[in-house]
Amino acid sequence: MGEPILRLRGLTKRFGGLTATDSVTLDVVEGEVHAVIGPNGAGKTTLVGQISGEIRPDRGRILFAGQSITRGPVHARALLGIARSFQITSVFLDFTVAANVALAVQAHAGHSFRFWRDAASDDALIEPAAEYLGLVGLSDRTDDVAATLSHGERRQLEIAMALATAPRLLLLDEPTAGMGGDESARMIDLLRSFKGRFTILLVEHDMDAVFALADRITVLDSGRILVSGPPDDIRADPAVRQAYLGDGDT
Amino acid sequence: MRIPVGTAVAAGSIVALAIVPPITEALREPFYLGLCLRLMILAIAAISLNLILGFGNMVSFGHAAYMGIGAYVVGIGAFHAVEDGIDWLANGFLHVPLAIAASSLAALVIGAISIRTRGVYFIMITLAFGQMLYFVGVGLEVYGADDGLSLYMRSDFGDVLDINDNTRFYYLVLALLLATLYGTKRLVASRFGLVIRGARSNERRLAAIGIPVYRYKLVAFTVAGAICGVAGVLLANRTDFVSPDMMHWTRSGDLIIMVVLGGMGTLFGPLYGAAVLVLVEEFLSGVTEHWQIVFGPLLVLVAVYARGGIAGALRALERRRG
Repeated sequence: MGEPILRLRGLTKRFGGLTATDSVTLDVVEGEVHAVIGPNGAGKTTLVGQISGEIRPDRGRILFAGQSITRGPVHARALLGIARSFQITSVFLDFTVAANVALAVQAHAGHSFRFWRDAASDDALIEPAAEYLGLVGLSDRTDDVAATLSHGERRQLEIAMALATAPRLLLLDEPTAGMGGDESARMIDLLRSFKGRFTILLVEHDMDAVFALADRITVLDSGRILVSGPPDDIRADPAVRQAYLGDGDT
Repeated sequence: MRIPVGTAVAAGSIVALAIVPPITEALREPFYLGLCLRLMILAIAAISLNLILGFGNMVSFGHAAYMGIGAYVVGIGAFHAVEDGIDWLANGFLHVPLAIAASSLAALVIGAISIRTRGVYFIMITLAFGQMLYFVGVGLEVYGADDGLSLYMRSDFGDVLDINDNTRFYYLVLALLLATLYGTKRLVASRFGLVIRGARSNERRLAAIGIPVYRYKLVAFTVAGAICGVAGVLLANRTDFVSPDMMHWTRSGDLIIMVVLGGMGTLFGPLYGAAVLVLVEEFLSGVTEHWQIVFGPLLVLVAVYARGGIAGALRALERRRG
């Protein structure tokens, strides 16, 4: 078993009377796909937000690659190698598909205080961008404006942008949300092709996706970790069946 | 090869501006030379505002303050040159860098505070800072307080260029206008420009891919202030007069109107907006002193029916033709 790249220690976040994250202690091992599941309101997105830096935890620590990042700003964590996709797709809608990814490449290619040269013809940005777009299967949409992409394609674009930041950890918040069966299957295939190459923390509602991809599953309920372990154990766990898997196929 | 409508209008506008001096001279109408001079200077200021408002989504409501700072550098320099006989204080080669330094410093400080806020708070804070500088101007008793200061000499560029000659001054301003347009074109398409446009498009995403948005917005805000400061140097010399009114919030509002009317986030939009505002003001105010009663509804129509402003309308025209 590999080393944990991300360690959460006693992470706690309260919103008024609601404890969205309740003493969460968790390790994400390098090279693994670690899925976080749980019913709506279990605190999954809040947890992701704390790791990416958009939400400040009230207590606890976040260690990434051995370094404390509990209080660092979002962009600093991104530069350390934490890339995320959002539950609600978030791309630069008025940019071309290529420019979206080029900007992500640029973010990790030194400072952007370059005022004169045309970025759209800068091979140092365009070539890697094309490569990542090929990886997610968007090569034929390169010059289209992102707003013209379908929902599924925007999700793919988001993944390409995440890859372009040379991530050491991918935080994927419901990558198949709102997708049709076909699109969803394609996304799962894409993510499966990442297995072993990237460390992924996957928040997902779609149980097919979770059991197809995850090396390890953590079940959250009301902000607490109910149980954490390999997929087979989770499937067999009576508490999980009752709290989550039991209530239908959500 | 067919020339796009937008390109044709842009090129036509530049050519039209370039042939104004011989025409006004032939017609013995120097007034219109001065009018077009003012138009171009305000266009430079509007282009600088568009850089942050149109491309970066920072609605600065205090942008005229930087123009005032640039103008006061000239005004105060000329004042002491004439009153105290300190000739070098009238030197234009001193005025320009000093105006850039002063206006960018002001923009740096104002931006550092206001860029931490968003939306309507950003508008209110920049408005407040603009008004603060306006009242500083009103408080300058030595320099005429709210009556302002008449310039008894223009910025002195020695043998290089005599801007007391309005035609030469005109072509200097035209050259600076073209340089500002070209610089903006390059800047917006550069890596820096990509970040600024990204901040308009989706600031949250920008941070998530690892870009420290704040410092890029601050630099853009400062650059815009510096360019506007140069416009202030030009305006003071054009008007031979400096007063706090140049910094009043309604002047900042005029600049916003130019940008919105011409087309936010377009290269030539601010020039068109400045042209319409200056010309409409001139001709309608000749008809009625309540010209704003006509102009107001015109603006409402643009806001409702032509969100892209004049440049946007030209683009739509091109699409229909294509």
